[in-house]
Amino acid sequence: MRSDPAEYKLVSPGNLPAVLSLLAGEPAQWLPIAGGTDVMVLYSAGKLPNRKLINIWNILELRQIEVSPDRIRIGAACTYTALRRHDIVSREFPLLAMAASWTGGIANQNRGTLGGNIANASPAADSLPALLAYEAELTLISVRGERRVAYRNFHTGYKQTVLAADELIRDISLPRRFSGYLWYARKVGARNAQAISKVCLAALGQISDGTIRDVRLALGSVAPIPLRLNKTEHALTGKKIEPSLIDTARKMVVTEIQPIDDIRSTARYRAAVAGNLVAEFLERLATERKNA
Amino acid sequence: MNTSPGTGAKCVVLFTVNGEAKKLFVHPMERLLDVLRNDLRLTGAKEGCGEGECGSCSILLDGMLVNSCLVPVAQASGASIVTIEGMSAHALMNPLQEAFLECGGAQCGICTPGMILAAVYLLEKKPEPAPADIREGLAGNLCRCTGYMQIFEAVSKAARRRVTK
Repeated sequence: MRSDPAEYKLVSPGNLPAVLSLLAGEPAQWLPIAGGTDVMVLYSAGKLPNRKLINIWNILELRQIEVSPDRIRIGAACTYTALRRHDIVSREFPLLAMAASWTGGIANQNRGTLGGNIANASPAADSLPALLAYEAELTLISVRGERRVAYRNFHTGYKQTVLAADELIRDISLPRRFSGYLWYARKVGARNAQAISKVCLAALGQISDGTIRDVRLALGSVAPIPLRLNKTEHALTGKKIEPSLIDTARKMVVTEIQPIDDIRSTARYRAAVAGNLVAEFLERLATERKNA
Repeated sequence: MNTSPGTGAKCVVLFTVNGEAKKLFVHPMERLLDVLRNDLRLTGAKEGCGEGECGSCSILLDGMLVNSCLVPVAQASGASIVTIEGMSAHALMNPLQEAFLECGGAQCGICTPGMILAAVYLLEKKPEPAPADIREGLAGNLCRCTGYMQIFEAVSKAARRRVTK
């Protein structure tokens, strides 16, 4: 059943302190809404639990991208379009720019926001593995002050996060030290636009003298949360890429993920594809060595 | 936007649609699509899926292509809105309309207003789009009649004609 608009409230305080004081006044009652690409889908389907919403789309300080010599700070309400059009994001954070281009279609990219993708906390979200690979840090704010949380510690379980009921994600900060890495991003789904991933990988690697110096592997849609493959990464670091190493990596990936059967795919298919994507990335990394 | 306390309160929303100023007294969570179709009788934007998948409710909101089914009307406060009804004088409309007719790019017509708006949005940014640009620009607009090839060809033809003029 469609929701009746008369049963919902939407206020537009227009500035951050007022938004935070509403959130603090009645914790867990108010739901922030930016571009609405997740919230309005639930609302239209009559499945939105919150009756009170706060408009944060018009809070301009949440839409800024600040660049400093060592970091880039992305306001939580920056849209996928803003990310794709940003020079530094496209040049230095291609995994994120690529994921933004896969998210929805153009109309949804014009409204959907990076902070919304994080707060919605879907394990299938396309942009979240990129944030894991780039070691993102989140700034969470409330009337109590602000705190920084490493993004890898943000998700605690399926759709569960450390965000308190009175907190808002203010920005996503990425260190500018990955531009020399080989990057690899791939989404496997019915199609790139609109469709939700069956599996997606965001990977970064650095190789010298044929040896893997650093590697980061982050997968979507294979666990209750967006997943960084710490054990596989550890097993690869310092090793030479050889067929036997790729084979080991493929097997280790399967032990680290917890894929499920659902409407989009099966656990078995997801496990096979996750292993294949990591293997494909390592093969590319090996080729890079030969070219160098 | 004015708000009064208590769930269920209506508010005043001001915006312009196709160049005309409008003042509405609405529930803030009404979908912009419903306000356009029911209150303003602008029925060019269609409801296909109601969840941002099909693009048939596409409009331009402050120059950005958006799905109007996903916009609460209060967020359009102060905005400039263009619907398909407001596009007739646009320089791209003649070439697009002719090319859609010639290529068989429109059949039942439900997706057509959204397809045209997505095409305009694309061609304004990329006057000479590659086939991949056209596919990406229209990827959020579903068509259950044509099979898409006629639509891609129509957009490509309209772009070529406009550029050679």
